[in-house]
Amino acid sequence: MSDITFAPEIRPVPIPVREILPWAIFGGLLMILGIYFVGAEEGATTLFSSLSTHEFVHDARHLLGFPCH
Amino acid sequence: MVGNLLIRGMLVGILAGLFAFGFARVFGEPHIDSAIAYEEAMAEASGEAAEEEEELVSRETQAGAGLLTGSVVYGAAIGGLFSLVFAYVYGRVTSFGPRATAGLLAVAAFIAVVLVPALKYPATPPAVGNPETIGERTELFFVMLVVSVIAAVVAVALARRLWSQLGGWNAGIAGALAFIVIIAIAQYALPTVNEIPDGYSADLLWRFRTSSLGMHAVLWAVIGLAFGAVAERALPAGARARAA
Ligand SMILES: [Zn+2]
Repeated sequence: MSDITFAPEIRPVPIPVREILPWAIFGGLLMILGIYFVGAEEGATTLFSSLSTHEFVHDARHLLGFPCH
Repeated sequence: MVGNLLIRGMLVGILAGLFAFGFARVFGEPHIDSAIAYEEAMAEASGEAAEEEEELVSRETQAGAGLLTGSVVYGAAIGGLFSLVFAYVYGRVTSFGPRATAGLLAVAAFIAVVLVPALKYPATPPAVGNPETIGERTELFFVMLVVSVIAAVVAVALARRLWSQLGGWNAGIAGALAFIVIIAIAQYALPTVNEIPDGYSADLLWRFRTSSLGMHAVLWAVIGLAFGAVAERALPAGARARAA
């Protein structure tokens, strides 16, 4: 590895996977729910039927490239 | 520590969402207005009894509070996911400091999450898609997204495996090649979606799509640049490397 001059002198210590996992499950689900609301609720599927979610975030949905009408 | 990183990621994502909103408001909204005007003109020209669609949400709200909410919620969610991937990658896949790791991760994520899916299934302005195919189009879009992310993971794993035999440069080329091959096969095999009406303004379509990519680029640039700086302070001194 001595030819890699870009690498820092002290190697960063990885965070143990068992520490990451609970947060990854909890956070991952929460974040995907957020993306779902902006990107897909009342499009292909409806989880919570409040008619205006789709209409309210409609410009963001199209500009972010999610499939829509 | 991971919870702390997650919160920082979400806050950085909210900041990025605000910037993305600003960009979208200035560079994206005019094209949405043009697309809606075009749709109305087409409906009128075809003699369709211009069915007055009842507006649930006004245009002003959609382009203002709605766009802001959508951008910020999306930004927070992307920032949160980013921080979780960062927590795994940092010190494990790269040996760079937090800022360089975050920057590289953001570039890779922009390519895998935004650019590659958009090449196959690009953004479309309102009133272009067929409401009846929304299920199928949504499915294809997410299949493309998942394939792209898996291809990126495979490419990085391959490059790391070959690193000691081939050296960094050639291992990087091998990884990139693997990514391109997987994406080429997937994009060739997946069905094409084209619901753009004949005679639709090509210029409007191009401008809408570039503004969409621009919005994502702003979002990922802010996340990539800001998260490393913010994460640096959350990592314990032992886990921190001197930036080269
Ligand atoms: Zn739509």
